[in-house]
Amino acid sequence: MSITTAKPDTTAPAPRRSGAKPARRRPRQARELGSVIPMSTFMWLLAVLYAFPLVWFLLSAFKPGSELFQYPLTFLPESPTVGGFEKAWDRFDFFLYFSNTLAVAVTTTVLTVFASAMCGYALAKYQDSRWIRVFFVCILATTMLPTEVILSPTFIVIRDLGMYDTMAGLVVPSILTATGVFMFRQFFISIPDDIIEAARIDGAREVGIFFRIMLPMSRPIIMTLAIFSFQWRWNDYIWPLIVVGDERKFTLQIALRSIVGAENIDWPLLLAASVMSILPLVLIFIVFQKYVMNEDINAGLKD
Amino acid sequence: MTATAIDTERLAGPRQRPGRARRVQYRFAPLALAGLNIVLFGLFFVWPGSLGLIYSFTDYTGIGTFEFIGLDNYEQLFGDPTFYRALTRTLLFAALSVPLMYVVSLSIAALLVSNYTRGKAAAKIIFFFPWLISPIVAGVIWRWMFGESFGFVNYVVSELGADPLAWQTDPDLALMVVVMAGTWGGTAFNMLIFIAALKNVPRAYYEAAEIDGANSWQRFRHITLPSIAPTSFLVILLSSLGAMKEFAMVQALNGGGPGTSNTFIIQYIYETGFQRADVGYASAVSMILLAILLTIALLQMWVNRRRAA
Repeated sequence: MSITTAKPDTTAPAPRRSGAKPARRRPRQARELGSVIPMSTFMWLLAVLYAFPLVWFLLSAFKPGSELFQYPLTFLPESPTVGGFEKAWDRFDFFLYFSNTLAVAVTTTVLTVFASAMCGYALAKYQDSRWIRVFFVCILATTMLPTEVILSPTFIVIRDLGMYDTMAGLVVPSILTATGVFMFRQFFISIPDDIIEAARIDGAREVGIFFRIMLPMSRPIIMTLAIFSFQWRWNDYIWPLIVVGDERKFTLQIALRSIVGAENIDWPLLLAASVMSILPLVLIFIVFQKYVMNEDINAGLKD
Repeated sequence: MTATAIDTERLAGPRQRPGRARRVQYRFAPLALAGLNIVLFGLFFVWPGSLGLIYSFTDYTGIGTFEFIGLDNYEQLFGDPTFYRALTRTLLFAALSVPLMYVVSLSIAALLVSNYTRGKAAAKIIFFFPWLISPIVAGVIWRWMFGESFGFVNYVVSELGADPLAWQTDPDLALMVVVMAGTWGGTAFNMLIFIAALKNVPRAYYEAAEIDGANSWQRFRHITLPSIAPTSFLVILLSSLGAMKEFAMVQALNGGGPGTSNTFIIQYIYETGFQRADVGYASAVSMILLAILLTIALLQMWVNRRRAA
């Protein structure tokens, strides 16, 4: 939706400002063109800089191993091959890691959306209770105390809960996210209390109001958080690193790290496996672009 | 169960004054709704957090029993050169990457809302794309670009007639690559936040300034920057915290190398806690890092408040 602002409005501001007098319009247009060319060039130069590492990476994945290190380097693969991809699929057990990651990401996402919606609603609509306000500060504090900071104690908690090397260990600790709770809290605060009062008068129960009226209303937030959460879990490295020990339970990121960490990096395999690991997110991005790049929602959650 | 409790309260409701009734009415519903997150908060933040604090005063190794050794860990820490090296390297990384991240994301956001640029929709997708890439894959991508004997960058450098640069074996050049890769990966989100902020600056300000003859730099300096100050604060805060926690990308990019020269503080905690199994010592480092993160946050909030006042 934000993209609509990018419509070509070259001439739009000029006539509006200078009325119908063509004599005044022309110099202004010329001046605009003088700004448009350098600024657009600069923006696209930056865009090329941003795109290049990825494009180079992508093209390299289709080069055979011998061509990867052969000087002079060529931009396009001379003899394109999918050998790396086949190797990743057969020898690297890509499908196993892929399905492990998918299972974790999907389960956590569903649970995160529910937990965050419920908690965000409670924080938004029951602010009369003092403990609700205290708990809000607690959630705020979790952004200060991320898992990275307390790796070893977290590992010991996971171990003592019997969650080491289990899928539960990957899913359960990631359900609580401050960002998710804030997104829903922000949204529910913007919903007028009158709706709740009306439902109460009609005899609806509190939890029923939430599930039947409020949750369906928050669909855009649900979508956005679901996409965010899926991306977080898909790309997460630190939880799988401390929770999983068994190679059969590795997620993609850990498995990729094990290729990079080897003495001799198998570049054709690494490039192909990395490219394949990005695909699900690219697909989600293409389908749900308007939820992902909606800066209004993103900005709201950080306020 | 929850619902019946509420119903009894509701029956008693009309007898009380309306203002008071609302305050005591719904005690169980919020508990039921927030309950899951309260439990998770206790299990995965309070518990490990307090364990960390306790362990930092012990010689715990992860198994068996442990003894309280007072402030020994902290004393040892302050005399430990590897800890200082990790800490100062992380601070240096933050000092380099946060300003770069700020300038780059703000410039890109400004270009993406400008009336003078063309092809904004496509460019926005390109700038946003790195958000999809995991830190590990981002590390791999930049390692591939900056490989010393095979990377594209060194190929270009030698084609231009210069000597290939030691992107992997020179500690400072390796840090530069980490800064670039971090900025590349972190721009997308900050850019979105800035775009929202820039769009909210009232157009009338710019028009008034234009009539008064302000040039575009003056308009940016005196209208845009003050108007988006809260957003700038947010971006700088989040980026500094993020920079202090940098870990996964470096793991794939150069593993903290060459040697241990670019070992950041989280990697140091990880290696002490897991590879050397020195949980007590690692917990002490965690507590120091926590104190640093809190200081950064409070300091920036203080500056922000003073500026606003």
